[in-house]
Amino acid sequence: MKIVTADNVFIFVSTAFVLLMSIPALAIFYAGLTKVKSMLNTIVMVMVAFGVVSLLWLMYGYSLTFSEGNGFIGDLSYLFLHGILPSDPAPAAPNLYHYLFIFFQMTFAAIAVALMAGAFVERMKFVSWIVVCIAWATLVYFPVAHWIWGGGWLSQLGTLDFAGGLTIHETSGLGALVGALLLGRRKDAMMLPSSLPLTAIGTGLLWFGWFGFNGGSALAMSAQAVSAAFVTTIAAIVGGLVWMGLEWIKFKKPTSLGLFTGIIAGLATITPASGFVDIGGGILIGIVGALVCFWAVVYLKNRFKYDDSLDVFGVHGVGGMVGALMLGFLASPDIAGTKGVLYGGGFGQLWSELVGIVVVGFYTVIVSYVIFKVVDLWLGLRVSKDDEQEGLDETIHGEKAYVKEY
Amino acid sequence: MKKIEAVIKPFKLDDVKEALSEIGITGMTVTEVKGYGRQQGHSELYRGAEYVVDFLPKVKVEVVVPADRVDEVVEAITQAARTGKIGDGKIFVMDVEKVVRIRTGEEDEEAL
Repeated sequence: MKIVTADNVFIFVSTAFVLLMSIPALAIFYAGLTKVKSMLNTIVMVMVAFGVVSLLWLMYGYSLTFSEGNGFIGDLSYLFLHGILPSDPAPAAPNLYHYLFIFFQMTFAAIAVALMAGAFVERMKFVSWIVVCIAWATLVYFPVAHWIWGGGWLSQLGTLDFAGGLTIHETSGLGALVGALLLGRRKDAMMLPSSLPLTAIGTGLLWFGWFGFNGGSALAMSAQAVSAAFVTTIAAIVGGLVWMGLEWIKFKKPTSLGLFTGIIAGLATITPASGFVDIGGGILIGIVGALVCFWAVVYLKNRFKYDDSLDVFGVHGVGGMVGALMLGFLASPDIAGTKGVLYGGGFGQLWSELVGIVVVGFYTVIVSYVIFKVVDLWLGLRVSKDDEQEGLDETIHGEKAYVKEY
Repeated sequence: MKKIEAVIKPFKLDDVKEALSEIGITGMTVTEVKGYGRQQGHSELYRGAEYVVDFLPKVKVEVVVPADRVDEVVEAITQAARTGKIGDGKIFVMDVEKVVRIRTGEEDEEAL
């Protein structure tokens, strides 16, 4: 296949969209939910994760993920992007420049790690976070992305994940849960949003960026790309309205944060399925995503008392897994030829998804546990009690989000 | 001279200010404060988790007036700040020993 200019234009723009999802969308979405005394730290955690993982991607991440290697991990043939020219076509998508494919996928690796930060806000040592980013990207994200997207063993089994329900949302959600358990609860384990309007802007920018995330994952300016972006937006709308409705019924108040959270739950849940389901599937996924994530955030978290501070597991982890499972039911042959259970495709696809979810889940939990445990013993994961109480903006960064003049 | 400190609901500040101007009180100091009395706190809900806010935002208005005008001022504030619901606030009256206008050096009632 020849280089296709329209596809390159689309993916180039999509790359910028996905960058926007981390910087600033995710950073300010999280910062608005953080207590005012630590909101800058939250922003910095997201942005630094993005930066560190992007550099790893160029050094060895891309190579480990997308070079041939074996079923478990790629090899080092692209170490430091060795031997790749800007005009080369990408082996994984020959219609695109190799550079562009690497660039686009870099933003995915980076946001996968940055997402976890939401579970650790207001209490994590900064240097430990950087070490976790390096170790987790290397030992969790690169291998899992290779299994599913890089020609590894799960892709050979037929497990589908259009834009990262398993590779990104499940892994970061479970990594966040394990990390939150090892970090322990904050002294004041309450969500006291410093600025819900900031979170509203973050929600909108994430939604916008998701056009590049899910639409761009078609890797071409194709009907599938348009369909993926369209169903993504539908799932976001439905997710937001359903979540708000649930709160209205359950707590008598339709909250703004419920609306924002539902939108993100819809977006996360549709992600793995976005290139395979039709509009009806998108609506259904929006509904189920909101229902299940709402249960995880409101009931599961309260029942087990883990301090997944900004609900990275409850929204992204749970949403990613539910979406991958629903793909097995709802994949419509009209979109990409894949038939789910409801279209008479039998249980084959569902089984492949289930294996993917379970294996990625176990692998992520075990490796994340080891990473957080080792970093805890080596550097300590938490700041001192006093620093936590005073706020991380002042104690780690020597700044304040809002400075009074006198 | 007496100082009148009124802790009121924030949204009643404009009414109180107008009521005081109507009876010729020309200056006041206003501070945003937090506190609670019989009303206690209230609760907020974030993702289904209830957060109890102990201290409620109030506004404290301070006015210093000649002793013979105290009743009139207290009455004006009471009328203007009352909603009849719990949490309307309180008024405290206390003695003031001395007042100095910094610009001119005038003292006491001349300085009010």
